[in-house]
Amino acid sequence: MKMRLLALLLVLLPTFGFAAGGGAQLQEMAPDLHDRASLQRGMKLFVNYCMGCHSLQYQRFSRAAEDLGMPRDLVEENLIFASSQGFNDPMDNAMSAADGESWFGAPPPDLTLTARLHGTDWLYSYLLGFYRDPSRPTGVNNRVFPLVAMPNVLEPLQGVQEKVCGPGEGAEAKASDGEGHSCETLKVTQAGSMTPEEFEGAAYDLANFLAYVGEPSRLKAEALAPKVLIFLFIFGVIAYLLKREYWRDIH
Amino acid sequence: MANPDKPKAGRGVMRWVDERFPATRMWQEHLSRYYAPKNFNFWYFFGSLAMLVLVNQLLTGLWLTMSFNPSAEGAFASVEYIMRDVEWGWLIRYMHSTGASAFFVVVYLHMFRGLLYGSYKAPRELVWVFGMALYLALMAEAFMGYLLPWGQMSYWGAQVIISLFSAIPGIGPDLAQWIRGDYLISGITLNRFFALHVVALPIVILALVVLHIIALHEVGSNNPDGIEIKDKKDEQGKPLDGIPFHPYYVVKDLVGVAVFLFVFCAVLFYFPEGGGYFLETPNFEPANPMQTPDHIAPVWYFTPFYAILRAINFSLFGLDAKFLGVMCMGAAIALLFVLPWLDRSAVRSIRYKGWCSRLMLTLFAISFVVLGVLGVLPPTAERTALAQLCAVLYFAFFLLMPFYSRWEKTKPVPERVTGR
Repeated sequence: MKMRLLALLLVLLPTFGFAAGGGAQLQEMAPDLHDRASLQRGMKLFVNYCMGCHSLQYQRFSRAAEDLGMPRDLVEENLIFASSQGFNDPMDNAMSAADGESWFGAPPPDLTLTARLHGTDWLYSYLLGFYRDPSRPTGVNNRVFPLVAMPNVLEPLQGVQEKVCGPGEGAEAKASDGEGHSCETLKVTQAGSMTPEEFEGAAYDLANFLAYVGEPSRLKAEALAPKVLIFLFIFGVIAYLLKREYWRDIH
Repeated sequence: MANPDKPKAGRGVMRWVDERFPATRMWQEHLSRYYAPKNFNFWYFFGSLAMLVLVNQLLTGLWLTMSFNPSAEGAFASVEYIMRDVEWGWLIRYMHSTGASAFFVVVYLHMFRGLLYGSYKAPRELVWVFGMALYLALMAEAFMGYLLPWGQMSYWGAQVIISLFSAIPGIGPDLAQWIRGDYLISGITLNRFFALHVVALPIVILALVVLHIIALHEVGSNNPDGIEIKDKKDEQGKPLDGIPFHPYYVVKDLVGVAVFLFVFCAVLFYFPEGGGYFLETPNFEPANPMQTPDHIAPVWYFTPFYAILRAINFSLFGLDAKFLGVMCMGAAIALLFVLPWLDRSAVRSIRYKGWCSRLMLTLFAISFVVLGVLGVLPPTAERTALAQLCAVLYFAFFLLMPFYSRWEKTKPVPERVTGR
């Protein structure tokens, strides 16, 4: 019976995956919450480029400072811009939802849990996925979030990216015209202040920082886990020996 | 004035207590002189584990209540507040959310044990019926608790399930509105679900646990051979195949507890989302009544019944498909209650039942799991057909039981429990 169940599960396994939406293939990134330098760079990018519109309403500056190892005065001097905000306040912003709606068509969402909602691969691909599209009011479109209302605020860093036809790669190329020519390739046609490699690093840092913000307790959980599991293992061994001792006389 | 019939065990404080309250007698009746069959196997760990998870849910739930805000405006934010600002809040919350799924894992295994060894058969019908009532109360408790974090799936899952009541002809729509307390799920629904989740249902569950255990200890535990250990006693009146629950099964269950907690903690610390099944991804977004998610699925432990509901996509006898589906879903649970009277077999345990019972139980277990998988997936024509097949097998297990359990040839039952 067990074998039959197993076989059935294996047959059904391919149907388990959920559609990610958007259609475009996501570029993978593995968050590294131990890389404090990356998380700090991500936070710096976030407060400079994203926080004008997006809040992190459940994340406090002080908690980020503690978890990412940044001294208070440094954070207050370099990362808190609004005079109304203090070190212990949440990373909110001043834009009202109504303003956001009238300026962009939809209020910019709060991003505290966005990494848990969409996944870091999606975030990373989204940040790298903007390209020029004159038909859009903002002048840009996005490969993983078509018809996005957000302008490419990172364009000064990335440069102008455009969709070009050329020898494509992998599955994308086949999907386009079947002759190895893809018109889905994104290419920086006008350089920004960062090289494409540097910009990929910046997108990684931002996605990494948002992964931290999504679940600030993750590192605490992973630090506590081995202690608990080792304790339970030892407890289990002792309980087993105790059981064996008691049950010696039961036949 | 001391009662001369009461045991004179102990001295000092214990004696003083025993003369006023049956502490020692209860300890003996339920633990140190409760004789359990000595041949319990793997399947017998899950009763005490269910109790452990219940205690976990009660304690973590109590602490969550201290920081949770049961309002439509504040619920989602207060869960994040617990996750971030409350000391150890993330641990308490994950213990509670993982505990909910663990509860159903152990309860399903515990119920399957009952099916395997005929633990519902006379004289244990009431043990089973109280247990089923407990399962029903647990489903209500889980369903109401699931709305509280006020995420997208919380909201829309509740919307779908409560709208099922509106399928009942005549009173349906009014009944659904009465349950919600509003025209759609709102802060009012959240408030009443909170009250039921933290006050009413825990009391019902605790009372049913007491009834379940009192009934069990009155008739004694069944065992994998399904034979009565009370039939063979020694000269002191102790069952020959029985051993005192304390210390033997207390130390044995401790091993089970250690293994269970190891797995539980590994999930809790490393995969609290359980792959999107313990904490569903859309629940990381606050409830939005204006935007329906693409695909609504209940939490995994309800999906077998949800799949049965969706499998009924045809009208019959002038009853519309939705109402029929609700009826079938209700019947799928109701049939479990009358199981003791459906099984006409001369023996209890699957070990001595015939091939027909074995085949039907295997098909039942497979169809339950397949229905569970189908219930989380969006429906397609093939999946609905498969769900219909599995639903037929699910019902056949119960409805044909009075015939195949009596008709089939059983194997001879041993005199004494076997060591297997």
